[in-house]
Amino acid sequence: MATYQLNVNGQTKKVDADPSTPLLWVLREELKMTGTKYGCGISACGACTVHLNGVATRSCIVPVSLIGDQKIIAIEGIGADPVGRAVQSAWVEKDVVQCGYCQSGQIMSAVALLKATSKPTDTNIEESMGGNLCRCATYVRIREAIKRAAEQLT
Amino acid sequence: MLANRRLLCRIFVLILIAFATYAVLSTRANNIHRSKTSAADPKINKMATADPKLADGLAAWKQIYSVMISPRCINCHTATNYPQQGDDRHRHFANVVRGREGRGVPALSCIGCHQEVNADSTGVPGGPDWHLAPLSMRWQDKNDRPLSSAAVCRSVTDKSKNENMDGRALLTHHQEAGLVLWAWNPGRRPDGTMRTVPPLTHTEFVNATRTWVEAGTPCPREK
Amino acid sequence: MRAAIKNKNGLPLNRRSFLCASTAAAGGLLVSLYLDLPAVAYGEAQGLPPKAYPPDAFVHIRPDGKIFITVNRLEFGQGVQTSLPMVMADEMDADWSQVVPELAPAADVYKDPVFGIQMVGGSGSIAHSFQQYRELGAKTRAMLIAAAADRWKVSPNDCRAENSVVYGPANKSARYAELAERAAREPVPKTVRLKNASEFRLIGKKVPRLDSRAKCDGSQKFGLDLDLPGMKIAVVAHPPVFGARVKYIDDTEARSLSGVKDIFEIPLAKGSGVAVVADRFWTAKQARDRLKIDWDLSGIEHADSAQLWAKYKNLARTPGNVAVAKGNDKAMNRIPVARRIVAEYEFPYLAHTPMEPLNATVRFEGDKAEAWVPSQFQTMDQMAIAQVLGLKPEQVTFHTEYAGGGFGRRAVIDSHVPREAATIAKRFRGAPIKLVWTREDDVRGGYYRPMHAHRVEIGIGADGMPAAWRHVIVGQSLVAGTPFAAMMIKNGVDQTTVEGVDDTSYKIPNLHLSAHNPTVNVPVLWWRSVGNTHTAFVMETLVDELATRAKVDPIVYRRKLLKPEAKKLRAVLDLLDEKSTWRKTLPRGHAAGISCHECFGTAVACAVDVSIENKRPKIHRATVAVHCGLGVNPLTIESQFQGGIGFGITQLMAQGAITLKDGRVEQRNFDGYTPPYIGDAPAAVDVHIVPSTEPPTGCGEPPVPVISPAVVNALARLTGKRYRTLPLLDIQPS
Repeated sequence: MATYQLNVNGQTKKVDADPSTPLLWVLREELKMTGTKYGCGISACGACTVHLNGVATRSCIVPVSLIGDQKIIAIEGIGADPVGRAVQSAWVEKDVVQCGYCQSGQIMSAVALLKATSKPTDTNIEESMGGNLCRCATYVRIREAIKRAAEQLT
Repeated sequence: MLANRRLLCRIFVLILIAFATYAVLSTRANNIHRSKTSAADPKINKMATADPKLADGLAAWKQIYSVMISPRCINCHTATNYPQQGDDRHRHFANVVRGREGRGVPALSCIGCHQEVNADSTGVPGGPDWHLAPLSMRWQDKNDRPLSSAAVCRSVTDKSKNENMDGRALLTHHQEAGLVLWAWNPGRRPDGTMRTVPPLTHTEFVNATRTWVEAGTPCPREK
Repeated sequence: MRAAIKNKNGLPLNRRSFLCASTAAAGGLLVSLYLDLPAVAYGEAQGLPPKAYPPDAFVHIRPDGKIFITVNRLEFGQGVQTSLPMVMADEMDADWSQVVPELAPAADVYKDPVFGIQMVGGSGSIAHSFQQYRELGAKTRAMLIAAAADRWKVSPNDCRAENSVVYGPANKSARYAELAERAAREPVPKTVRLKNASEFRLIGKKVPRLDSRAKCDGSQKFGLDLDLPGMKIAVVAHPPVFGARVKYIDDTEARSLSGVKDIFEIPLAKGSGVAVVADRFWTAKQARDRLKIDWDLSGIEHADSAQLWAKYKNLARTPGNVAVAKGNDKAMNRIPVARRIVAEYEFPYLAHTPMEPLNATVRFEGDKAEAWVPSQFQTMDQMAIAQVLGLKPEQVTFHTEYAGGGFGRRAVIDSHVPREAATIAKRFRGAPIKLVWTREDDVRGGYYRPMHAHRVEIGIGADGMPAAWRHVIVGQSLVAGTPFAAMMIKNGVDQTTVEGVDDTSYKIPNLHLSAHNPTVNVPVLWWRSVGNTHTAFVMETLVDELATRAKVDPIVYRRKLLKPEAKKLRAVLDLLDEKSTWRKTLPRGHAAGISCHECFGTAVACAVDVSIENKRPKIHRATVAVHCGLGVNPLTIESQFQGGIGFGITQLMAQGAITLKDGRVEQRNFDGYTPPYIGDAPAAVDVHIVPSTEPPTGCGEPPVPVISPAVVNALARLTGKRYRTLPLLDIQPS
């Protein structure tokens, strides 16, 4: 066990965890922030996506020992960001969710995409969102919502 | 017999031409090997015995090449828009793509998984600035087949493709570059077993590179 | 906390007009209406003793005006926690902005009125509960109006309700919240007038989902998110071959990890496994990884896909148990060989892989237990937990947790996941045990859509239409040996094996359909749309081939082949034809593919625009026409169809198969079993609903069967080849 000071959603959180523990489980079980989801544990589905210093990162495969003082933004904090807020609103407006389990990750990926590319093309969307699985296959509405958020942000 | 002697003469001339070509161009960047003078292996061997340094250099290159086409290296020197993974060099899962700078795309970037060091508890490899080699440094064709030794050598020694590295810089690259070093410290797979490493040790690889550079970075002549 | 209030005569209220008052957490008065139900009436008719139903069974009007509506279903994406409250709120004239849906715990009162167990399946959520929720809403409204009329001493006929307010003569009005307590004491009307379609304010409107916001900001809790005081996490090491047993466990290294509570062998539905209990998931998983287990693999079948294919193909060449024998089986002999098609199909095992890994939480307290499960089979799971713990079902309080998808995987007859959780919880009396199946457990854990082989011989008449059709299907039964067998196996044929062929809407004068249901040591399960996943593929690709041979437009050919009574299918084909004019202006390298199918009472027709990119089908768009009776929430229906189309693409994926070698599953996670990502699904799906006032039918499963045949029918136009083996291999240039 080791103690870590994590910068999560703008706050400093102290956690005791085994250094091998993926950030995902520190968020979910130590910090009780369950919005970030476990889907595969091997970075193949994207349900666990958070931002680490602004980089969309699969938290299920990054051990807490590697986080250091990087700024972690999880789904619970993304609404404080204008792009995050716009994406969440577009998601609601377009009635994207079904079971909703993957959507935290989808939204975190979409925000990362829009921060880098203000007017994403279909190809941009397919590539950037290409690692986020949705078993309900809400993909059509995800495309629409990303375009809607892009519109709102300009 | 006469015919045979003529043939031998011709071969000798060919060898001379080939040798001259090497002497002039071996450290230069161009594709010197597309000429119809390219000959089969026995001739190269003869030529090699003619210049021991060159022979050593080519032998060293053969070793270097064996490392370059090993999965730990070639998996990120693809000709396609994706990296590979595993010893069977399959396409990277989850639709990971090259992106404009070989670093993936926003929301699906290399460093979104691959940290500065290996993450052994989850089996994800890591190293500094994890990224794909540029397309100019592809060592495979579009069907994911490794390029020939000569073709890889040509691009590795082509300063217009290799980020302007001369022999000395190539040696330093092989000695020090983080992602090159990673190949010998590739960490554990998700199942906890160790990833395989290239066929040479890093020291052997550097020594081979030194020999090759000192021989003037010669490249084999086949296509 | 809760105390039954006595009625005016001082007698306890009977079940039919139950008022429950309690001090709510906020200190306000909680008023609940408990209404009668078809189930209650049924119980009384059968002379069954009254049961202790939960008080606030379906609707619960709070003093602050909030109306809690209980949904007798699991919400796992299908949107039922929006659409069933819509139905009730509409008939109830409730203020929609004040409606809060709640998922029902396990209880008899929440059983599916048709199936008799509490469940989501068979696309029945709306189909079976539409009338039920309308009546509940209308009765509640009648009782609220009666309460207002009582208060004002006027006739109920002079009152009307709107938006949670009852209006009476002389500008009198009262809010539902004010009337709720009195309303609960009104007798429940035996019959009520339901609204005409023209009076609907919510039904038939595109109403946004009520769970969007919570599912976009991380606040929605799923089963896996449960966190209870003293909770421990369990994982189980399952055998490498189904049914294997633990011979020897070396857990020295595993136990050395700090946080590990216990490691022990547990019985499984088949064979045994090793449970690891720890204070954290990661600890439990790390400990499991460090177990050294010696398995007894003797005496069990080691299923092997290659061997199964060989066996299935042979079986398919001989008739099985007869499902349909219509017309003259000798008709085939009269048809010249040149006018026959012989087609063999292969379908692999498919995993459901819902995004939320399987889980169940159980707390055992000796004489009672509590369970939290994202379950499609609440009452059955409750019974299974009770059985493991030596309790009666009613001693197990069973909470339905929100589920991250399911697609059939949470409707398991042997309840193996809750059973594992209960087995472990029994050793930890008082502590909630959350059992987590990792994704690897899920991919390797069985309960797959079974492998199937089909062999079809078609004799084509001189008119280009099928004259004789011999069809043999081989695949494991989903229900053999279970309580469902009596209902679902007829003449030795599992109906889920042949559905989609035995009930075909196509006119086939001479049809012989038979099936083999071999036993294989691989657990199998219904996968969204069940038998239709493979039968529709076979039927729709063959009918397409027939259309091509006859040189007739695929929509025209299908219309011609439909039975006269297939009105829904005819309507969707007409609508599809009208809405897919893009088929006539496709760019070079693109082709359109068509399919249609009716299942679960809903007819669907689909057209796709497909090209080939990197040897794979690229689906540019899909146009879908649907006839599902009255469309309760067209927005949800649109989503279900867009999503169901995407789900159906699973079986076209290059890695869309579970395969076994020497008894072991060869895939372990999404890197080996790969469902569709965004680029694999159509970029656009436009959904068109046939206007109808017929009773609503299901929308969860009907989208799934149509997409894969439509795509390969388009590919056939591009390459001239017919694709009869799934998963779809890379398309080689012809």
